[in-house]
Amino acid sequence: MAERSFKAEVKKLEAGAGETFTGEGILAVTKALLQSGVAYVGGYQGSPISHLMDVFADANELLTSLGVHFEASANEATAAAMMAASVNYPLRGAVAWKSVVGTNVASDALANLASGGVTGGALIIVGEDYGEGSSIMQERTHAFAMKSQMWLLDPRPNLPSIVDAVEKGFQLSEASNTPVMLELRVRSCHMTGSFVAKDNVRPPMTVGDAAASAVRDTSRIVLPPANFLHEVEKVEKRWPAGVAFVRDQKLNEWFGPSDNEIGIIVQGGLYNNLNRALELLGLSDAFGDTQLPVYCLNVTYPLVPEEVNDFCRGKRAVLMIEEGQPEFIEHELNTLVRRADLQTRIVGKEILPRSGEYTAQVIIDGLRKFLAQWAPGIELPPPVTSQLPASVASQIPGRPAGFCTGCPERPIFTSMKLLEREIGATHVSADIGCHLFSILPPFNIGNTTMGYGLGTAGASAFKPKDKRAIAVMGDGGFWHNGLTSGIGNAVFNKDDTVTVIIDNGYSAATGGQDILSSRADNSVRTTRHPIENAVRGIGAKWVKTINRTYDLKKMTSALREAMTSPEKGPKIIVAQSECMLNRQRREKPQVKKALAEGKRVVRERFGVDSDTCTGDHSCIRLSGCPSLSIKPNPDPLRQDPIAHVENSCVGCGLCGEVAHAAVLCPSFYRASIVSNPSRWERVRKRIVLALIGFLQRRDERARAAQAF
Amino acid sequence: MNSIDPKRNRICIAILAMGGQGGGVLADWIQEVALHNGWLAQGTSVPGVAQRTGSTVYYIELARSVDGRQPIMAQMPVPGDVDVVIASELMEAGRALLRNFVSADRTTLITSTHRVYAISEKAAMGDGRGSSERIIEAAGQRSKRFIGFDMDAATERSGSVISAVMFGALAGSEVLPFTREAFEQAIKDSGIAVKSNLAGFEQGFRAASGAVALPAQPDHSLPQPTTPMGRQLHARLISRLPQPAHANALHGVQRMMDYQDGTYAELYLDRLEKIAALDRAPFELSAETARHLALWMSYEDTIRVADLKTRASRMQRVRSEVRAGDEQHLSVTEFMHPRLQEICETLPAGLGHAVLSSKRLTSTLDRFFQKGRHVETTSLRWFLVLRALAKYRRFRRSSLRYREEQARIERWLGDVQAAAGTDLGLALEWVRCQRLIKGYGDTFERGLRNFEAIRSAFFALPPERRSAQWLAQARSKALADEKGEGLKAHLSLAS
Repeated sequence: MAERSFKAEVKKLEAGAGETFTGEGILAVTKALLQSGVAYVGGYQGSPISHLMDVFADANELLTSLGVHFEASANEATAAAMMAASVNYPLRGAVAWKSVVGTNVASDALANLASGGVTGGALIIVGEDYGEGSSIMQERTHAFAMKSQMWLLDPRPNLPSIVDAVEKGFQLSEASNTPVMLELRVRSCHMTGSFVAKDNVRPPMTVGDAAASAVRDTSRIVLPPANFLHEVEKVEKRWPAGVAFVRDQKLNEWFGPSDNEIGIIVQGGLYNNLNRALELLGLSDAFGDTQLPVYCLNVTYPLVPEEVNDFCRGKRAVLMIEEGQPEFIEHELNTLVRRADLQTRIVGKEILPRSGEYTAQVIIDGLRKFLAQWAPGIELPPPVTSQLPASVASQIPGRPAGFCTGCPERPIFTSMKLLEREIGATHVSADIGCHLFSILPPFNIGNTTMGYGLGTAGASAFKPKDKRAIAVMGDGGFWHNGLTSGIGNAVFNKDDTVTVIIDNGYSAATGGQDILSSRADNSVRTTRHPIENAVRGIGAKWVKTINRTYDLKKMTSALREAMTSPEKGPKIIVAQSECMLNRQRREKPQVKKALAEGKRVVRERFGVDSDTCTGDHSCIRLSGCPSLSIKPNPDPLRQDPIAHVENSCVGCGLCGEVAHAAVLCPSFYRASIVSNPSRWERVRKRIVLALIGFLQRRDERARAAQAF
Repeated sequence: MNSIDPKRNRICIAILAMGGQGGGVLADWIQEVALHNGWLAQGTSVPGVAQRTGSTVYYIELARSVDGRQPIMAQMPVPGDVDVVIASELMEAGRALLRNFVSADRTTLITSTHRVYAISEKAAMGDGRGSSERIIEAAGQRSKRFIGFDMDAATERSGSVISAVMFGALAGSEVLPFTREAFEQAIKDSGIAVKSNLAGFEQGFRAASGAVALPAQPDHSLPQPTTPMGRQLHARLISRLPQPAHANALHGVQRMMDYQDGTYAELYLDRLEKIAALDRAPFELSAETARHLALWMSYEDTIRVADLKTRASRMQRVRSEVRAGDEQHLSVTEFMHPRLQEICETLPAGLGHAVLSSKRLTSTLDRFFQKGRHVETTSLRWFLVLRALAKYRRFRRSSLRYREEQARIERWLGDVQAAAGTDLGLALEWVRCQRLIKGYGDTFERGLRNFEAIRSAFFALPPERRSAQWLAQARSKALADEKGEGLKAHLSLAS
């Protein structure tokens, strides 16, 4: 079960024509798909479009009732390959993933899809993880659209525009036999808003209908001679058809006066930022009535030469606001104005930053430079600049992401840290997932990360003589591709590395979706396929499963053994414990119910004795748990803050294990709090408490007599 | 009530929170209130890894459509254009200042003044905390209106969540054109934990009109003597020590009596008075010696730990800390790791020394002290064991550890005295070096090792370079990293 449930929200997807739909961007996209008569959907989770997959999953009933097929794809390549269904049949299909990383994985299938072309509309919804809050390399999906010739939509960030882009996207795809990518920027995915709904449309042909009457056309398959014909078809037929559709349907937009000496071209997704920037400079208002001509590219690829030429004609300079690099659109604009022999100067990255997000503030700064040069007559309000003094700024600590309270992955890295004290530093090949937080303080473990499921592959160059390299892989990455690209490769090549597969039961980092090895029952998928069986099946011999990662002793000795065993070949440790976030979500209601029914419930949590803690914080350096914090020293003589366990502690037990394993200090205690104890327990407790209380009172009196 | 510019057709609100603090819930409530009162509302957030305990920004714009036209809304706060900033924690408010989301002519800044420490602050070997005071001061100067109080405490008091307190504070600030009832309706409509959320809301609403307040600090009131011995020591202390040292010395005397007995407290004062005799105004050396001497003389041995762990007051403290109700049973398990070293240190000096210096004995006995022990203090058996150990305090003076620590203390005081004759600043730095020695097991040994290394390097320096500054630097290097590389570099420069 995923981290966030959309069960309540998916009801909104049933809205009929004329009703106002209010909700988040991803729900709006789902609704738009249903309004477009989509026949199948799929994809792979990842921020910022994880929740799109969760919405699909939670809307399964509705999808089924409409005859729409939904699959939680094994990875992005799987999802892209599924679009083969749109090649021969007039089936509309949509897939979604995190970009640019997901597009990287999918690119083999995408290139094949784009080469042969599609009959039914094929829409690829990419969550563009660029800018603040991003967790990946900063690249552009634009390059993929260009290299495989797929059209790229980047609508203005408001729900009606996004919904319209989905519907028009399918039509554009069909009109030009070309897959279409819809780019959803980070902040648009969870942006709230409303639009007027239409009725949902059953796909005119379902995937079942298509399978029942198979069509075959070898000219759509990428193999000589068809592949050469595809290239010609792309240039001569599909490109002009695509451009014509964008132009005739007026997918791009124009704002402001029609003639002026200067103008602005903007990617649709940045339009709101641009308008806010213009407004704050006194050149537009809240409703977008700008004083400068703006040409808004809701389709960023391909460009429509006639539109570009018409906009640029008669202007001395045009500012291109294009986020990310390389500046593909700016290059293309320069080519277009040159071909048309226009003397318009295209201004872009020469004044706007080459890298980073184009926030309204960045655009304001860019506009100031542009206007100063090309329209110095325009008077602008003075800039608001007031930097926080360094003496204050230096007090604000960074707050990197980290493992959640009670995370079962933490003890794995504590073990590695402890083992490091014995055998020295090791090369650690990290992977993508929550476990990548190991590279941050306090663990500082991990040398490289090469991509999802590629931890083991990333260690494959190391053929150690003495010291083995350690690879880390999550269960999500393992099933995404790690089984073959990592373990299979290591078996085949006789790699002598150690792989720790973290099996927490979910694709946890992306929001707790189920995967093959999940232990939860899922009514529409099959789960409980053990990772150990899979790695043994592929030929690994040295395999150990640790079924409680919090057992530091076991965890450390398994690692030590893997690092020192004389046996050659890959050593695999499957480290299992349920993702704490999901476990809490699962158990909390059960506990609540048991308490309400008067049943015996034991709650455990940890604490630190403020009397005995001396404030060295070794425990924190081996844990980093959010619930293990510090507080001002209650001791009037001591000055350093003491360790302190917050009430958010879930009692995972790591603190105690660390105190033991690292011989730290006697300050940690575990408190077991028993609600609704049994009668026998109550009697026993009363007797013990009476005896202890009696002695304590006696000691107290003696102490008071000797006290200050 | 509405302080927003009427010509401006929008209200921009930024929420700075950490993942898991319910910033999203707060954003939803605000939008609900606005939508129910005829406004348009747009909220944006950044999903992903930042929501795993990192800091994250939720942004809301409220606006009205005019003649059926929809306003163009921004997706992120723009410096100079934010009407309200709500931060769930003080440094997040600091981050809002850093990012220029707060402007003096427009922004109402509502923040909790409590701290959720960042990993860099927590992991420091000494005190790595950022200064709350500096953030508060800047927040007051750089905002149009500043509302700050301990929302964490308000959350505790109301048994609620911090988002409800923040929501209440926003309503209480009266910066939005909606009534209190409209705000409360949003909580009621959500249908989740309505009662406790309304209680949290109430706390926030009331606090919004109060003065800026930092979280309550621990109370360090001066101890008052309660026994004849206490009164006698009190009188001696007051008459023989300079006033600036009184507070620490009073705490020190109290601790010596709690730790051992009146005679031990007299020893403490004997030692302290010797140093004070060399001191002069402002008597910082005396005050700091009172502190650090008390800490060193009450070194944490097994007897002390057993004593502190078995006290009734400690059980009470644990009970309230873990929030065990009266009806609930509480059992407490300690994680102890007594090693042969610590056992021998508790034994009479001769015996302890004999065992530790015999290789055969240590290797035979060591086997029994490899494992960590789970000591359930609330069970009768373990309580009696620990209590017996605590009672051993009457023999403490004969223990090996006592002999070792007293020798170290004497040598340290000797260094302090020697320095005080010529350089009070240097003497003060010597006193402060006690801070290096703390903790148990490996931590204690590391601290002691560093102390010894610094001491020998110091005396290896040519006399003209033996400065207070050098010593202070060495100490801060020793507390900068666990592996001691910074210290090593500093000391190697000395040789």
